[in-house]
Amino acid sequence: MNTVLTVSFFKAAIIAGTPLLFATLGEIMTEKSGNLNLGVEGMMLMGAVVGFEVGYVTNNPLLALVTAALAGAIGALIYAFLTVSLRANQVVSGLALTIFGTGFSGFLGQGLIGLKMSEGFISNFQKIKIPGLGDIPWLGEIFFNHDILVYFGYLTAVILGLYLYNTRKGLNLRAVGENPAAADAASVRVTRYKYTHILLGGALCGLGGAYLSLVQVPVWQENITAGRGWIAVALVIFSAWNPYRAILGAYLFGGLDIIGFRLQGSGIVISQYIFDMAPYLMTIIILVIVSFKKDIKNAPPKALGEPYFREER
Amino acid sequence: MKNGSAYVSMRDITKIFGTVLATDGMNLDVEKGEIHALLGENGAGKSTLMNMLSGIYIPDSGHIFIDNQERKFSSPRDAINAGVGMIHQHFKLVDILTALENILLGQRKGFLLQKKEQEIEIRKIMEKFHLEVDLKKYVYEMSVGEKQNLEILKTLYRGARVLILDEPTAVLTPQETVVLFRIMRRMKEQGCAVIFISHKMNEVMEIADRVTVLRKGQTIDTLKKEETNPQELTELMVGRPIDLSIKRLARVTDERVLKVSNLRALNEEGIEVLKGIKFDLCAGEILGVAGIAGSGQKELCEALAGLYPIKEGEILFKGEDLAGKNPKEFISRGISMSFIPEDRLGMGLVASMDMVDNILLKQYHHTKGIFVQRKPAATKAKEIIKKLDVQTPGIDHPIKNLSGGNIQKVLLGRELDSQPELLITAYPVRGLDINTCLKIYDILNEEKKKGVAILYIAEDLDSLLGLCDRIMVISNGEITGIVDARKATKEQLGAMMLGKKEDDYAV
Repeated sequence: MNTVLTVSFFKAAIIAGTPLLFATLGEIMTEKSGNLNLGVEGMMLMGAVVGFEVGYVTNNPLLALVTAALAGAIGALIYAFLTVSLRANQVVSGLALTIFGTGFSGFLGQGLIGLKMSEGFISNFQKIKIPGLGDIPWLGEIFFNHDILVYFGYLTAVILGLYLYNTRKGLNLRAVGENPAAADAASVRVTRYKYTHILLGGALCGLGGAYLSLVQVPVWQENITAGRGWIAVALVIFSAWNPYRAILGAYLFGGLDIIGFRLQGSGIVISQYIFDMAPYLMTIIILVIVSFKKDIKNAPPKALGEPYFREER
Repeated sequence: MKNGSAYVSMRDITKIFGTVLATDGMNLDVEKGEIHALLGENGAGKSTLMNMLSGIYIPDSGHIFIDNQERKFSSPRDAINAGVGMIHQHFKLVDILTALENILLGQRKGFLLQKKEQEIEIRKIMEKFHLEVDLKKYVYEMSVGEKQNLEILKTLYRGARVLILDEPTAVLTPQETVVLFRIMRRMKEQGCAVIFISHKMNEVMEIADRVTVLRKGQTIDTLKKEETNPQELTELMVGRPIDLSIKRLARVTDERVLKVSNLRALNEEGIEVLKGIKFDLCAGEILGVAGIAGSGQKELCEALAGLYPIKEGEILFKGEDLAGKNPKEFISRGISMSFIPEDRLGMGLVASMDMVDNILLKQYHHTKGIFVQRKPAATKAKEIIKKLDVQTPGIDHPIKNLSGGNIQKVLLGRELDSQPELLITAYPVRGLDINTCLKIYDILNEEKKKGVAILYIAEDLDSLLGLCDRIMVISNGEITGIVDARKATKEQLGAMMLGKKEDDYAV
């Protein structure tokens, strides 16, 4: 095992966990507004394909990332319109979004299969060692010698945590997800909060997808997310809707994602299919554990999945 | 348009829900520094009218003036900006937030929470209105009374000068009601206009300055309290002369039906919630159960219906020990429970089903074959409607769209239909208006006459004293005494509810 659990493994786990982190944070933001969006996989794919296409054509990394986030947000807009304005069933709307996103990326990515980002483009995401922190033995290499988007992932998690627990808007958002009628009575604009956070959540999912297609594997392949969106949905539960805990969860699952390759590399022969199952098995185990320890502080937002209509009698 | 000189003036307010005319040209004037009671039966339009004053509903037509200025509210935010705040029957609080966070919710004062600065301001308001709230406590840890105080504080913090309290005492213990009334008087002294929705006549007579009576979506009259009396108000409310006294029928036999001894039960946390309950009940007797909410009434009911696991003890029903048997065996022996929880629908009825389906729920094991037979159930539903005077558009109408009183009648009607020998009924008149209450009392007396033993759990001491033969008081899972309802006083019951034991029960 010593050849597996090395600094380079943990470092790679962070990279593999980064798309999961963005998507998980996005879904936390969405669910905190009381909306369960199961379209994460779809929004990630939309972000991945749009980011890749724009990046490939323009060679402009910022433009690629921004359009990827926009693509995710547009996916989320469809969902938000259905569930917030039309009060459609959230589960069905989310699933529809995943199916739509998968088709959308397949269609747009038809001509892109096998294409690789240019070296010039990839060099925009080279490793940057953080002065000082990067020199800490072991940890410095694992956490502070990464491309800019990994750092942006850290930052997003911390900002989202501060936002939720230390600002007025965060307090209002939590109230919307817990008890929209109470928030409404306290003159919080429920619909606006829901739309804003569903869209921002979608943008983060799109960004997560783009990290995959632009940085992690800068080659286009069909269905590039391979179920990561679903893991993100489970990670939201794992992290008990807490952005700080999402960091832990995302990198843990990042590790699970790549451990198969590593073990093979070190000569241990276990079927690749076993490792492909590992993250999902882990997800099931975590769901079982979470359902056993019922704790009001770790519970889902109370109004999650319920449409809100003020004049309901 | 008439511009009323009162501080709050509502003119010709009309609101239609679907095809139902909820308020039909209602008028209301409320002054500063008065407590104004809104009195009316269920469905008279009290809550609808107040929801329009607080911006939750938008009136279809009519005018609202506050301080001589016409206002149009399209959301609660508009109402609170005009100084109108409403304390709802179902509290609008977020459980996982602290009291302080709930107060700060929705405020637009800076980006960060600044809890410390706001706390000082909130404490000033608490002092001014003599309100006591633990700002650091989480709402899910609070009692109902505490939550209500928090709601009031929240509304005052938002600058409300007009406070609407929608049936605030319905969920309070008598002690908590005393505290609430003290706060309401304080608000009045501070120049607030307080609107108090209630159908508890004694409370209206105690606290209100003026009373507006509503009936079937219309304003009937506004009266000064000193110039009226409960009889007159009730008749205005109901629209016809009515006898307010509760009848107590004499008992017919002394045949003992139920004998419970040393009944003990634990809750999920392993804490003893029933501590050696011991009583007996005769045929044709109404035994009242009084106690502060959460003293073990619910557990007792459920244990007697076979729904709650008991640790030890005997439940002798006509000489047969039913302890440990399953609910079906309780039912087959003629024990019926109609438990009406706070939300009325939680247990017993399925809200989205109609009357027929709800009747079938209880009857399915009598029918043969795999298909349901709706016809007999439909006939029964029609019988219940006729017998108990249920107001419903039809037997195919979902239960949830009926008013509280009618839901109660459906539930009771279904339970009585199985012709029980023992009827356990909890809070059957909770949240109902006088007229419906009296109807329910009549139904219970009717059963008593037939020789049914009735265990009647209630919180309203007046009804317990008026209706029951004996009253059993429980406090914290223990019986503190069983008294003759003809001789007992409210003070005596109150003391026993707080744990003072009668001599026979002293250990």
